[in-house]
Amino acid sequence: MLSEENKIKIEELRKRYPTSQSLILPALWMIQEQYGYISDESMKHISVLLNIPYSHILGVVTFYTMLHKNKVGKHHIEVCTNISCMLRGSGKILEHLENRLGIKSGETSTDKKYTLSEVECLGSCGTAPVLAIGKEYHENLTIEKLDKIIDALI
Amino acid sequence: MNTQATDTEKLTSWTPVILPPLSNLHKIEFYLANDGYKSFKKAMEMKPEEIIDEVKKSNLRGRGGACFPTGLKWSFMPKNSDKPKYLCVNGDESEPGTFKDRQILEFNPHLLIEGTLIACYAMGIRTAYIYIRGEYIKQIKLLQKAIDEAYANHLIGENILGTNFSTNIYIHRGAGAYICGEESSLMNSIEGVRGYPRLKPPFPAQFGLWGCPTTINNVETIANIPIIINNGWEWYSKVGAEKHPGPILVGVSGHVNNPGVFEMPTGEPLLEIIYKWAGGIPGDKGIKAVIPGGSSTMILRGDKLEDVRMDWDSLKKAGSSVGTAGIIVMDSDTDLIKVITRIAEFYYRESCGQCTPCREGTVWMFKILKRFENYKATKDDIDLLLDVANNIEGNTICALGDAAAWPVQSMIYQFRDEFEKRVEESKFHSLSA
Ligand SMILES: Cc1cc2nc3c(=O)[nH]c(=O)nc-3n(C[C@H](O)[C@H](O)[C@H](O)COP(=O)(O)O)c2cc1C
Ligand code: SF4
Ligand code: FES
Repeated sequence: MLSEENKIKIEELRKRYPTSQSLILPALWMIQEQYGYISDESMKHISVLLNIPYSHILGVVTFYTMLHKNKVGKHHIEVCTNISCMLRGSGKILEHLENRLGIKSGETSTDKKYTLSEVECLGSCGTAPVLAIGKEYHENLTIEKLDKIIDALI
Repeated sequence: MNTQATDTEKLTSWTPVILPPLSNLHKIEFYLANDGYKSFKKAMEMKPEEIIDEVKKSNLRGRGGACFPTGLKWSFMPKNSDKPKYLCVNGDESEPGTFKDRQILEFNPHLLIEGTLIACYAMGIRTAYIYIRGEYIKQIKLLQKAIDEAYANHLIGENILGTNFSTNIYIHRGAGAYICGEESSLMNSIEGVRGYPRLKPPFPAQFGLWGCPTTINNVETIANIPIIINNGWEWYSKVGAEKHPGPILVGVSGHVNNPGVFEMPTGEPLLEIIYKWAGGIPGDKGIKAVIPGGSSTMILRGDKLEDVRMDWDSLKKAGSSVGTAGIIVMDSDTDLIKVITRIAEFYYRESCGQCTPCREGTVWMFKILKRFENYKATKDDIDLLLDVANNIEGNTICALGDAAAWPVQSMIYQFRDEFEKRVEESKFHSLSA
């Protein structure tokens, strides 16, 4: 369910677009910010709120890699392994994370604390290698820097 | 990272205008104090068609990858339309090796807003959407703040500066899909349907957002507009390369000592960019290969860079293109098979799957390249790979298909020896295994 505050925001956003269909992405982002993922129930809620078939909402959710249908770990660590990062050692960064967290890329730790993903170019190639945790980018990574970043996650 | 080109004076006589070395420019009071919104005010005293003419004569070419002449694109918009018209500013910035629009969003968001306003005024548009990739959370916040400030200063909204010109500017946040940078996919994404590219024609100027006349321009393209209006087309068209003039944000990444985004006139020698601006190659190694304009552009051999310059004409002659001006440098120790396999993996993952040649071809290319990477390929695989790439090129709905084929084709043209070497090594590998 969208929070009351977010429901008001959606009403305000209606002015911006000629159709309510355009509000799907903004509404899905709000849901994901509230819960960390987008459940079936949330999709049904958006479907009713915007008067758009559930199957359409589902189609949008599954199209975008940043939208999660399932719960991810408390800290979602996304390592860019695209070419500029690869040239500057993202392979070692990913390997170190896999060893340290005891999970492979694409997995979530059993305590649900970490999810590790490989992602495409984050638009930060000049400060490669790069990873993102939640809303933060961590750039110019070294193994030492990476360890400090992981140590600081609670 | 070097974003603000602080050492620029030492390198060329160019004084940055897109990313001037001024702090706090993202705040409206600093922007206004540095002649901000002066171009917009000047534009408001011109007739809309005079502005389009000015942009045409400036010879500005789009900075989103295709180098399409911006003034010409604007002139495709119908003057009189009973439907609303729209502008989409493309800040999806997902082409691997590209990280330049981000600098504008962070350091000079008001320049983007000013350019957006001028574009809207010139084309008679009342609503502009700035589409920004979902990962750029910080940049979205900064831009939203700048937009709010501009609204508060009556620069956006109803009856701007007391005139009868009204325009709204909204940010639309993406959610992780490279394909949404393709203009028709971007429009679908704004409309709230899956981001599938549309067949063209009809072109956006006739049938764009919600079937209405629409223009799509890259963030950096729009940021050039106030510069043109302020300095005039005569000045602008003489900056840099004749057929592709103006300042350009060049990103350099990969094996260089000093990676970053540098503002320079178009037409700078590629080797000078790599050695002088980006500080050369770590360990003084040689250059094996360079991708000049983001991962979709044709790869160049390191020993054939002598006369290559960073502009449309020169890179075309060299067999590649400017793309998004994201230069990726690879030193002499680079495993190019690994590089091209990773690039192929990217396009395979990002293909939206609508057209068979792209959907099937990108999987094939990736699988064949994996064989090379894992020392399991045979000599026939080289031509098979080229064949698959050739069958994708030109046979798809959108240019992602071409973008997937070009790196593979050019890698084989330029570095067939690397593939052959891999095949030889594979024989040895299977013996020792
Ligand atoms: C697969 C694909 C991805 C693209 N991604 C972007 C992008 O992230 N940003 C962008 O400005 N243009 C991108 N483009 C180009 C746009 O379709 C369009 O040409 C451009 O935004 C037009 O702006 P311009 O004329 O100012 O260059 C992409 C094209 C393709 C085929
Ligand atoms: S070329 Fe590829 S990405 Fe473009 S529409 Fe076809 S399948 Fe989709
Ligand atoms: S390749 Fe990693 S941020 Fe661009």
